[in-house]
Amino acid sequence: MLSLKGVTKTFNRGTVNEKPALTGVNLNLDAGDFVTIIGGNGAGKSTLLNSIAGVFPLDGGTIVLDGKDVSRLPEHKRAADLGRVFQDPMRGTAADMQIDENLALAARRGQHRGLSWGISKEERDGYHERLKELDLGLEDRMTSKVGLLSGGQRQALTLLMAVLKKPKLLLLDEHTAALDPKTASKVLSLTQKLVAENHLTTLMVTHNMHDAIRLGNRLIMMHEGNVIYDVRGDEKAGLTVADLLKKFEEVSGGELANDRMLLS
Amino acid sequence: MALALAGAVSQGILWGIMVLGVFITFRMLDIADLTVDGSFALGGCVAAVASVNMGLDPLVAILLGTLAGIVAGAVTGLLHTLFDIPAILAGILTQISLWSINLRVMGKSNTPLLGVDTVFTRVSKALGISQSMASLLIGLVIAVLCIVLLYWFFGTEIGSALRATGQNEDMCRALGIDVRVTKLIALSLSNGLVGLSGALVCQSQKYADINMGTGAIVIGLAAIVIGEVLGRLTPGKLQAFGSRLTSAVVGSVIYFIIRAVVLQMGMDANDMKLLSAIIVALALVIPVIVERSQARRAYSKGGER
Repeated sequence: MLSLKGVTKTFNRGTVNEKPALTGVNLNLDAGDFVTIIGGNGAGKSTLLNSIAGVFPLDGGTIVLDGKDVSRLPEHKRAADLGRVFQDPMRGTAADMQIDENLALAARRGQHRGLSWGISKEERDGYHERLKELDLGLEDRMTSKVGLLSGGQRQALTLLMAVLKKPKLLLLDEHTAALDPKTASKVLSLTQKLVAENHLTTLMVTHNMHDAIRLGNRLIMMHEGNVIYDVRGDEKAGLTVADLLKKFEEVSGGELANDRMLLS
Repeated sequence: MALALAGAVSQGILWGIMVLGVFITFRMLDIADLTVDGSFALGGCVAAVASVNMGLDPLVAILLGTLAGIVAGAVTGLLHTLFDIPAILAGILTQISLWSINLRVMGKSNTPLLGVDTVFTRVSKALGISQSMASLLIGLVIAVLCIVLLYWFFGTEIGSALRATGQNEDMCRALGIDVRVTKLIALSLSNGLVGLSGALVCQSQKYADINMGTGAIVIGLAAIVIGEVLGRLTPGKLQAFGSRLTSAVVGSVIYFIIRAVVLQMGMDANDMKLLSAIIVALALVIPVIVERSQARRAYSKGGER
């Protein structure tokens, strides 16, 4: 479904702040893979997701999504095949627009936007059903401005927006990191449910090693801009946090994972 | 005095069409687009030259003025979106270049519309009403038409994308919206309305002048904030999109009424720009002060509420 070959990106090239963010990443995802990504600060996890989404031009390498080379496509064109949820709940929705208007924008991802009405009656009924599934009571507030929702509600809405038009690949960039633990776990189970129901190929960055082990069928660990550990299936299911820490110290030369990873 | 007020109302409505244009960039895109000063005069100059020098129909002249405004907006839009020039600077560049262009268009600094038909003379002859009545009538019809069209447009798919662009560009890109295109459309549309307004004002005052657009952006911003304050004071809390557009035009009318009143009271016409700037500055300053004082009052030593 997704194939990365030798993907490289260096930020601030030629300056004192030069930072090799991705150093020739190779990665292949099968359709239906749910991959969790862990790694320390600056390991390149978000950069990897952003390189797939087309946030910046690559320095080298190719990205093929479902047989189509998207390496040099601009971000808004790649969006046709991608569902994305950011870490910051504010980034995924338009605060001053209604819930149903936000959903209508998302429903037209990758489609031509013309002069027909931005949202139809049937659409609205459909959104009512989809919002009901979130179990947050949002279906009764469809004409409320999104800015009135809590961070968790906004993130749940963003998640629904990302899968409303089924994406070929779902990119989740620490999408629960800004939420309180209870809300985070709710959004996470919602993620699981939506991914399973829609059979979505998913890349999820997380700093929570329990979640990384518990969710998905495959786990990759990144360090200094590359994948250093890739495990799937039963082997992955049998991992413990201690295993991951050990593995991390092994490959990164004794360096410990950051506090945030250990504490959560 | 009554005559002055009637004139102020019709002037306010014609300028109100420009305010609608400023509303699109300032409130929808969150950009203070300085192209407006230039594109307003451009609309007027093009319309004047079209009817005086080229002998075209006044309606065609207005259409050409509008088109010129659209092109001016597109230039700012391209500078801003293709080359990442900050919107304010892109607007300034277009505005400054338009001053020279407007002089080139007219060949002089002032073109009187003597002895040529305008839409206002035409309607006043056809309906047998005074020119000031005709001006009021035409202004109202066009303003209502513009509001209805804008209301429709911002409800469409592309219009919704445009509203979203002003709020969250990251989201827009993630949802496949090319924000360069939406911004370009918004700036063109906005300056098209400004050009239209300039052409109408030119025909109503019967001359085009190189300086007719100077300070237009500040008048636009002042009218918007006056309209918003009125909207907030109204019992129904006019927050819906249609009423926000309407209150922008109403704000423009109030602005010109205030202007007529203070001029009658003996204020120097040249001080009007200072007054406009003070109105806008106050409208921007007051919410900040209120918010700060609320934050300060919320403090208590123990942190209890």
